[in-house]
Amino acid sequence: MSRGLPIVAVTPFPVAAERELGDAQLRGNLGRATRTIREKRARVVAEVADWEAMRERAAAVKDEVLDDLGELLARFEAAAVAAGATVHHAADAAHANAIVTELATAQRAESVVKIKSMATQEIGLNEALEAAGITPVETDLAELIVQLADDTPSHILVPAIHYNRRQIRELFARRMPGFSETSDEPAVLAGAAREYLRRTFLAAKVAVCGANFAIAETGSLVIVESEGNGRMCLTLPETLIAVVGVEKLLPRFADLGDFLRLLPRSSTGERMNPYTSIFTGVTAGDGPQRLHIVLLDNGRTHVAQDPLGRAALRCIRCSACLNVCPVYERAGGHAYGSVYPGPIGAILSPQLTGQDAGFNKTLPYASTLCGACYDVCPVKINIPEILVHLRQTGPKPAAERVAMSTLSWVMRDRRRWRAALRAARTGAAPLRALTRRRGGTLRRAPWPLSAWTAHRDAPLPAAESFRDWWRRTHEQA
Amino acid sequence: MRIALFVTCLNDALFPQAGIATVTVLERLGHTVAFPAAQSCCGQMHANTGYAAPARQLERLTESAFAGHDVIVSPSGSCVAHLRAHTALPVYELSELLIDVLDVTDVGATFPHRVTYHPTCHGLRSLRLGDRPTTLLRAVRGLELIDLPEPDQCCGFGGTFALKNAAVSAAMLTDKCTNAALTGAEYLAAADNSCLSHIGGALTRHPHAPKPIHYAEILATPGPLS
Ligand code: SF4
Repeated sequence: MSRGLPIVAVTPFPVAAERELGDAQLRGNLGRATRTIREKRARVVAEVADWEAMRERAAAVKDEVLDDLGELLARFEAAAVAAGATVHHAADAAHANAIVTELATAQRAESVVKIKSMATQEIGLNEALEAAGITPVETDLAELIVQLADDTPSHILVPAIHYNRRQIRELFARRMPGFSETSDEPAVLAGAAREYLRRTFLAAKVAVCGANFAIAETGSLVIVESEGNGRMCLTLPETLIAVVGVEKLLPRFADLGDFLRLLPRSSTGERMNPYTSIFTGVTAGDGPQRLHIVLLDNGRTHVAQDPLGRAALRCIRCSACLNVCPVYERAGGHAYGSVYPGPIGAILSPQLTGQDAGFNKTLPYASTLCGACYDVCPVKINIPEILVHLRQTGPKPAAERVAMSTLSWVMRDRRRWRAALRAARTGAAPLRALTRRRGGTLRRAPWPLSAWTAHRDAPLPAAESFRDWWRRTHEQA
Repeated sequence: MRIALFVTCLNDALFPQAGIATVTVLERLGHTVAFPAAQSCCGQMHANTGYAAPARQLERLTESAFAGHDVIVSPSGSCVAHLRAHTALPVYELSELLIDVLDVTDVGATFPHRVTYHPTCHGLRSLRLGDRPTTLLRAVRGLELIDLPEPDQCCGFGGTFALKNAAVSAAMLTDKCTNAALTGAEYLAAADNSCLSHIGGALTRHPHAPKPIHYAEILATPGPLS
């Protein structure tokens, strides 16, 4: 696929989606994977009696963060610095990349090991490091697959969801040094990746991570992962650099409990997360001796100003909304042209960049507003409502604007509306006669209705509108 | 009871049978139906396509058209959901009115056919209609209700989505039609003619697929009143 900035679509969504739809292998892989994971999620969520109450509390905590963002950031920074961390503030992607590259260069690092992180993908950190001659090594298995394939992630949690195991074995055989397996059993493939990564961990001087949560009260960072690769990155290298979106804050340590229950059930369908690391500053003689925290804005404080749209910043990147989305399931992650795909991507990317960036203005329309995403979101983001809000505030085609105001003008007056219904009925009369045998529907229509009739028959105006029937049967005595 | 009907612009122009059926059912149960002629559209299509100002004008129009009515019914789940979110009108989807307000499950209909029911997204997730429509259908004499596989999956209509994202919409539509055909039902019923025009438009292209029908039309079929 072609590459633009990590959160700017270079192709209109409908065009990219149609291209991806042509890939039968992709559709098969994705359909199977999302179905499995959404069934698993539904099962484990149903076990929790206070799930709804927990969602409410989590949403309220995140809204508190957005209300008091400046104050909580200051509190986080003071606590983190007191514990021995260094805190940096990055206004945008370029700024954050410059900070991280400089820190890695200062350690004379030739490579850095990385824990899967959406924030570093959002800013294109890997590309920036490579440009500075530093090799980033992704240590999450799926992220490693995507990196070896020179591909881009297509899912927040399962970046290689569009690959099956046969494709992965072939990829490892081509790109992973020392790989010689002939089996495509998941355990064998994971074992090979483990061997390869272990050598890398032991040699690494610098690690880069994100954070799932940042606790303002204590200055702690929290990382939630499934493979233990994160634990390695957080403990072995001398220098640890964390890139953290400012909205990742939680006010109090006690707030974490709800989120650690909501996140694994929503994302992987597990009752508890396998590896949860909570760390605060540095400890002499134990673990990294230099901890740098880069607090990333990149459009977030701007989004936080929008009373409706800002709820997108509650997102904890669980990916439940992707797994239930019928549009995502068919179009795949790449169609969204951003590291944030699916329903959350459709409301987050255009807000972070502004709708005029690339084709991000097409993303709010990549939804039928079916509402499945809102139902599963653990922090109750009303995604359909924000999609509509973005449509209403975004750029629109002039012809459509005229059509919509004309239609509403006709509909606002009962004489005009009745006249329009009669005109439509009269205009359709010959077509109705021609199509009577088929039940009075239209098989082929001129543009723009051809987009409809390419796939389905179009209904014709009825021989008698409802209001004419009513007048005939209920008002003329 | 005196019940005002919001027929919706789509039903008024293209599918008057759904409105006629709603009137038929309510009058058969002994209620008086009113049709305020100043009504046209609730503004849903304008709002969801991104036009807030014309949407608001139509919402206000609907509010004033129905001013003074205590009970309003509409045979369209998505329009009811829109009005509930944007106005204070006491509006009910037909199955809500019948079951929650009028406390009726058997409307005295007879429909000796195999029927499958598609719970449209607004009915399912905005209004939480649950099993109300199927409860009404189960009480219809002679009707055999067959479960639709993957019922909660969206059909791919989404208003202008069907035109703007035609390829994805068609892919979703194909899956819905495949599931509908698997049931072997003669009819696919739903509570919203917008989704039904999309699904039905594809079903009519296949000779052995179920025929689309608004569930109000099934409830309106005559039969012995119990
Ligand atoms: S929007 Fe909600 S469901 Fe989607 S990834 Fe974020 S937290 Fe999860």
